[in-house]
Amino acid sequence: MARMKFLCDADRCIECNACVTACKNEHEVPWGINRRRVVTIDDGKPGERSVSMACMHCTDAPCAAVCPVNCFYTTADGVVLHSKDLCIGCGYCFYACPFGAPQYPKIGNFGSRGKMDKCTYCAGGPEADGSKEEYEKYGANRLAEGKLPLCAEMCSTKSLLAGDGEIIAQIYKERVLKRGYGSGAWGWKTAYRETIES
Amino acid sequence: MSSFARFIRHVIGAWALLLLIAAGVPASSSAQQINPTASSVNERQLLQEMDRIQGRVSIPDQRSSVLMQPAGREWREFRNVALRWIGGVAMLGMLAVLVIFYLTRGMVRLESGRSGRTIVRFNAFERFVHWMTATCFVILAISGLNITFGRPLLLPLIGFDAFSEWSQWAKFAHNYLSFPFTIGVVLIFLMWIGGNIPNKVDLEWIKRGGGLIGHDHPPARRFNAGQKGIYWIVVIGGGLVAATGYQLMFPFYLTGIEGMQIAQIVHSVVAVLFIAAMIAHIYIGTIGMEGAFEAMGSGEVDVNWAREHHSLWLDQELARSGPNDSQPRPRPATSAAE
Repeated sequence: MARMKFLCDADRCIECNACVTACKNEHEVPWGINRRRVVTIDDGKPGERSVSMACMHCTDAPCAAVCPVNCFYTTADGVVLHSKDLCIGCGYCFYACPFGAPQYPKIGNFGSRGKMDKCTYCAGGPEADGSKEEYEKYGANRLAEGKLPLCAEMCSTKSLLAGDGEIIAQIYKERVLKRGYGSGAWGWKTAYRETIES
Repeated sequence: MSSFARFIRHVIGAWALLLLIAAGVPASSSAQQINPTASSVNERQLLQEMDRIQGRVSIPDQRSSVLMQPAGREWREFRNVALRWIGGVAMLGMLAVLVIFYLTRGMVRLESGRSGRTIVRFNAFERFVHWMTATCFVILAISGLNITFGRPLLLPLIGFDAFSEWSQWAKFAHNYLSFPFTIGVVLIFLMWIGGNIPNKVDLEWIKRGGGLIGHDHPPARRFNAGQKGIYWIVVIGGGLVAATGYQLMFPFYLTGIEGMQIAQIVHSVVAVLFIAAMIAHIYIGTIGMEGAFEAMGSGEVDVNWAREHHSLWLDQELARSGPNDSQPRPRPATSAAE
């Protein structure tokens, strides 16, 4: 089985935000929720870099470890998913997540937290693959259709890579070797406890 | 002709210059290869400088501008390991101490027996505030403990769906009952502050073991040093859990994630210690001491109980009015005397 990961090549990201838009459209993500976002560091200064970030589907995921109702599970592909039927909207996964991935619709009491929503790696949820219920709760299940996450698939500069961790790491390594530089695989150390030597 | 010669000279000169530049450029570029990442931001360096990486986002939600914040790891360690130890040791330790105390010392008896005469200790309003706060506290404590200990202890017993359903309701109860609880803590603070300022009598009381150790009955005013301790635990502990709890309930109104992690740590540690203290409070108010429950039950205590445990207070009260002589025997739990 593959171990699915995301890799954002910050030297290629042009901050077009198409991945953000594609994600919102593909999954009909409600207002106020962003499963993916592009953060520009040192904006306007020499050496600024943009990184597209969503749930990294961590190894030994912190969200799953702290969840009081144990609503998270990891698929055979290494994708971290959760059940909205079990989620109680307590916000603990958000305290633990290093990437700010969990999002909460403001529908709970005091408008604070509804059931958590996050990037599913376009892999839906616990419901039957491609079912109406799954789409309504988690969005499209592209993985079940044999497709990769849309954000990475349509990235115009191929900055954002999705797929088996070893393969995308190899692609990135070759790029770095060819062009002679690379600012590293952002978030990999935190999410997977490994870096890509460049 | 001279102008043509000048033109040719210029052309040759321009060509020579171009050639010179063309020859110079590859030489300089091979000497130092252009590296666009030389001055670029670096993840490792940024994380070393600060415990998080923040940038700019063009989406409206500015909170998402924090790219990475690995501090969640320490919080995770606290929540899953440290808190369970602190809570377990504090609460089970307190229970064990009380069981041992009960088995060795037993109930603190009324040594002079009941006099049959009673005196009002807490009026209806005081008892209402006490029991409102107490009821809220018990529900808040159970629903809070469920968040920390429910997953390893209760979830395997009742299964995912039932546990999730119960936890959802427990969360609602925890959120909503925080309001009457906070009001109760504020009222307790205002209502009993007069009798709870520590003074010299307390030192004497503590020195003589409060009558818990041995069979001594050190003098005390309306509240003895132990009760003053409980009062300040409720006021300070209640204040802290309320302040941190509301910070968690209304995310991002006051602080970001790192503030909420700290708030959760303070909230949970204070809460488990608070629960441990309240276990002792419940013990001494019920099976730990004869005649004590009546103070918060009917609101009236036996005069002999008051003499043994709150002699200075009793003297003060008697000087003011006198005991309820008209009530011959222990009365039913109604509070008509008020």
